[in-house]
Amino acid sequence: MSIAATTAREVTERLATGRSKDRGVGSMVFLGLLWFSLFFGVVVLLALIVSTVIKGAPRFDGELLTNYTSVVRPETAGFRAGILGSLWLMLFTALLAVPLGIAAALYLQEFADSDRPWNRFVEVNLQNLAAVPSIVYGLLAVAVMALLGFDRTGIVLGGALALALLILPVIIITTREAVRAVPREMRDGSLALGATVWQTTWKQTLPSAIPGIATGTILGLSRAIGEAAPLVVVGLASSVTFDPAGMLSQITALPMQIYSLTSQSREELRQAASAAIIVLLVMVLGLNALAIFIRNKFQRSW
Amino acid sequence: MNRTSHRLALIPGAALLALALAACGGAEAGSDTGSGADTSASGSVAVDGSSTVYPMSVAAGELLNEENPDVEVTVGEAGTGGGFEAFCADQTDVSDASRPIEEDEVAACEKAGVEYTELQVATDALTVVVHPDLDVDCLTVDQLVQLWAPDSEVANWNELDPSFPDEEISLFGPGTDSGTYDYMAAEVIDPDAEEPATRSDYEASEDDNVLVQGVAGTEGATGYFGYTYYEENSDSLKALGIDSGNGCVEPSADTAQAGEYTPLARPLFIYLNNAKYNDNEATKAYVDYYIENLEEIAEVGQFIPLSDDLYGETQSALEGLSG
Repeated sequence: MSIAATTAREVTERLATGRSKDRGVGSMVFLGLLWFSLFFGVVVLLALIVSTVIKGAPRFDGELLTNYTSVVRPETAGFRAGILGSLWLMLFTALLAVPLGIAAALYLQEFADSDRPWNRFVEVNLQNLAAVPSIVYGLLAVAVMALLGFDRTGIVLGGALALALLILPVIIITTREAVRAVPREMRDGSLALGATVWQTTWKQTLPSAIPGIATGTILGLSRAIGEAAPLVVVGLASSVTFDPAGMLSQITALPMQIYSLTSQSREELRQAASAAIIVLLVMVLGLNALAIFIRNKFQRSW
Repeated sequence: MNRTSHRLALIPGAALLALALAACGGAEAGSDTGSGADTSASGSVAVDGSSTVYPMSVAAGELLNEENPDVEVTVGEAGTGGGFEAFCADQTDVSDASRPIEEDEVAACEKAGVEYTELQVATDALTVVVHPDLDVDCLTVDQLVQLWAPDSEVANWNELDPSFPDEEISLFGPGTDSGTYDYMAAEVIDPDAEEPATRSDYEASEDDNVLVQGVAGTEGATGYFGYTYYEENSDSLKALGIDSGNGCVEPSADTAQAGEYTPLARPLFIYLNNAKYNDNEATKAYVDYYIENLEEIAEVGQFIPLSDDLYGETQSALEGLSG
């Protein structure tokens, strides 16, 4: 953190908690602006949630979760295929991205010589990858699927591939942070007792870093679950009326269904979309809550 | 040590599980060929294309599933152009289209060896709407073209006709990816243009609900979209009659079906991959059901059913295939 930011934070902390003796006009205006910024962000969020809840209110029922989408009976349209599709996507995204991400992070942090130019090159580009727009990963996934010889790409594997590519940099970066936070002394102790580097990493460093890794992974997944753009590019259908049955099963995802239904002409379908937005919000908040729970429960301080 | 090997085993274990699942999925996808009676057909049908036709294709799948739940129908909304791209790459079985296939798309299909059949499934009345307080009820086709032509600079209603009110025009319309835009540009404004277009200084959105809100909330505004969206919002919008030389014709199911609402009554199509129709019993079951119950499906999709003549043409086009 830069000096300026640190100073600003100290000043505002003192001001906000009334511990400051500084009652100058400039400080008060600055404090007011900060409060306004906070207020603005929260109000916009609240307005958005409240208006969505009001629009979707008539449709908070069991059918929303258990029915498939319906044009014939729009008042009972549901998001079963989207919810199951999103859950399957999450499962396979995690299966693809987590082992690979953790392995890559361990290599970079524990084994790679960071003075070598190519390792530095990889590190810099990891940061860049994390900032790539999600739709680009969709295009990449389509290309990979075409290379693998699939003609239909709107399947679990295609979607999971796109989302896994999307969250891989996030997982690698957070895992590295978590591994870096494990104190040097733990490794030294293990090595001093005769363990190999591999045993030290596998039995000491990695287990100690697991809370951090889990938190990062879950936050990555909760980003992936809300993504629609890469899935549109991959070619997921927006209307599916059967449950996913395998990795090659055609699926849809909750954000895709929401996107599709909000542009329909029927009021009932748009209502259902609003209700589904709340379902998606609950799923994302649930994942984030799980991440916070894991962090608080298993976090160790050294 | 033992624990280590257990944990290590997890990774290949996960990979194995994934492979096994992939294998299962593969076997299932492979079993969708063969022949059989309609009611016992099973397998999967992939439909993609126009978001305008989307509700009809979804409704067809839904109604079919009530009789035969074993046919798995997926419907996407890549847009007419995006749909043809996948269709001509042999990735989908049926393509929804809100305009006829274009020359470059025909070439793409030919190159990939995809033979197809065009089936008209419904009629849509492109509806020109205005803000409800605007004192205009009817436009001639010439005025419509004058307003939307690529080089148009019309900014006030009284420039179109001195008897129209002195009010600024705000324009709303679908974006250039939309089949609705293509229809307006190519069929209404200039059928002979090499690259059909409309003027570009208007508020564009692919979401017709946004257009509805825009026109309903802006005084002097006008825009155009499918009849469905006008029908659902007829209390907050006013539809203009269109005069193509025989007096003012209001958009409605009757005028569109009777061929009086010209040139804005447009056909909606599905394109069918011939090989898939003959080889994939699920595709055959789906399309047969679609065409057999076309009137009901068009009504559920809130479109205008075909006239008897046009329905006969669609039916015979399909019959020609199975022979």
